[in-house]
Amino acid sequence: MTNKPTKPEVWVFIEHDGKNISETSLELLGKAQELAAKRNGLAAAVVLGDQIQYVINEVSAFGAQKVYFVKDKRLNEYHTLSYTRALHDLATMVKPEIFLFGATIVGRDLAPRVASSLRVGLTADCTDLQIGDHSARGEDFKDLLYQIRPAFGGNIIATIINPKTRPQMATVREGVMKMPERNGSKSSSIEEFVPQLEDSHFVVKTTSKETKEKTINLKGANIIVSGGAGVGGKDNFKLILDLAHTLGGQVGASRAAVDFGYVDHDHQVGQTGTTVRPKLYIACGISGAVQHLAGMQESKKIIAINKDPDAPIFHVAHYGIVGDIGEVIPKMIKAYRQRGVL
Amino acid sequence: MEKTYIVMAKQVPDTKKITGKAMKEDGTVNRAALPAIFNPDDMAALEMALRLKDQYGGKVVVLTMGPPSAVEILRQSLYRGVDKCVLLTDRKFAGSDTLATSMVLSYAIRKMGGYSLIISGRQAIDGDTAQVGPQVAEKLGIPQITYVEDIVKMDKNTIEVKRIIENGFATQSTPMPALLTCCATSTSFVRPCSAKRIQVYKNATTPSELMMCLMKDGLSKEEAAMQTAKRLESNGASQPIEEWDISKIDLDESLCGLGGSPTWVKQIESVVLGTTEHKRVPATDAGISELISELITEHIFD
Repeated sequence: MTNKPTKPEVWVFIEHDGKNISETSLELLGKAQELAAKRNGLAAAVVLGDQIQYVINEVSAFGAQKVYFVKDKRLNEYHTLSYTRALHDLATMVKPEIFLFGATIVGRDLAPRVASSLRVGLTADCTDLQIGDHSARGEDFKDLLYQIRPAFGGNIIATIINPKTRPQMATVREGVMKMPERNGSKSSSIEEFVPQLEDSHFVVKTTSKETKEKTINLKGANIIVSGGAGVGGKDNFKLILDLAHTLGGQVGASRAAVDFGYVDHDHQVGQTGTTVRPKLYIACGISGAVQHLAGMQESKKIIAINKDPDAPIFHVAHYGIVGDIGEVIPKMIKAYRQRGVL
Repeated sequence: MEKTYIVMAKQVPDTKKITGKAMKEDGTVNRAALPAIFNPDDMAALEMALRLKDQYGGKVVVLTMGPPSAVEILRQSLYRGVDKCVLLTDRKFAGSDTLATSMVLSYAIRKMGGYSLIISGRQAIDGDTAQVGPQVAEKLGIPQITYVEDIVKMDKNTIEVKRIIENGFATQSTPMPALLTCCATSTSFVRPCSAKRIQVYKNATTPSELMMCLMKDGLSKEEAAMQTAKRLESNGASQPIEEWDISKIDLDESLCGLGGSPTWVKQIESVVLGTTEHKRVPATDAGISELISELITEHIFD
């Protein structure tokens, strides 16, 4: 049975299917250890399911000092209502200081429901987390979680706090926290918890699934060629594919290009897409909404091609080409091919 | 029994319209330069609800919370075919975070009475939190399906939808009442405003709008209030846009606004784009050729 811990705990919800663990969950374990160290507390993984020995071993190796094993066969598959109930009951009993979720599809479905049931605050899509104090309305608050996130299409960065409610909850964007080192010799203490589930928690039924392996890996790419609204059409987007293919790179896109249907969402770079740090990023016809810049400005070299000489994208570029991509891209392909054989 | 579909929608600043023109000289965004629009994901929710009405019958009600000027998206909804709208507006709602907002919305929905489905956009483009949908569902104690792409079928008590999951799609069914959230990509086509409906509803106003108009015409506050009350009375039940404040939904003041919001904003920083000089490359064969050589020298392609 689980007792109220003596040390402050930082929890990470572990998203897994028994064999694979979401990378974001592991990234969060790294951050959780850092936050826990500042609070002189513990980083804990919360794992739901039944057959999860592999997951427990892995989260220990990635630094979870404690594992809450929420045990029920019916939790092997994700259901919003059963997961909410289990996490609500566990968090109410143990009262962790901090509870983190990946901003994945599951995380963004589950965390708001859990926060609502606990009547606590939740900050979405954080890009940074820190510990700090706050004074306001005549009160002093010590050691709060600073939840830092872009808002307003990424044009502002807000620091959000939950001074009065616990746990302090946040979802964190994929890929922004550093993956911790894996150390196979580590082990953690395990607390088993059996939740009270009812049939009413399983009324949403999955009748079929169609999944495909991800064909692109933007996070790991060295070269990314991205297209935006300025590409002008689905046919023109072929230019982006050609350049990416020639340079041996991956294809990225701005949110506008995805919304216009030039390319699918897997390719989206930015606040609601993937955060990337390639060696070379070529932005074609992308004006540079901050929500896009937030996801690519740490690239080593940035080339911007745009007809509008005042486009914000030029502020973060190392090389700027003012021109029509229909003319510039073929020239780049030609130049690369010629240099390539020299 | 006739089904009722409630659409939750929000008016938002168009954060996509950020071009060189919307940038101030210090590199921050000029928010006033951004138009207020119908949140794109919510527009898809509206279209989804109207399609359900077309195919299965029933009635569509749009609910929004915001300042009095948010009435504009409600008129847009009427032009597209909804039956009724409710504007939740009260200074006491101002400053609500997602938990407080979902509290207000859930109280309003309880007040509205029976419904089969609540449909909302997955998220609003000003905050991108995607929290309000699930939080309303939790407070009403109904199931939710988020990231809905399409409706597969609906019968008396159940709805089946196609939704986005990690790396693909799933078909899921839920008993009703339930809440769905959908993305702007869910409906490739949103019906235009009907010219006929524009004629019918272009003068649909809320009491506060009417009052402001009358005061602009030179009436005193008291006179304007009296005229407004008269006009409302003559409209009776045919008022297509209702305006509700906190007393109408019986919500305790401590549960909404800043006081009902567990999250506080500690600090806001405008993102200032770096003004580091970049190298202008001429869009000529020679210019681009030189750029490629430079990148090769720096081992960028290795």
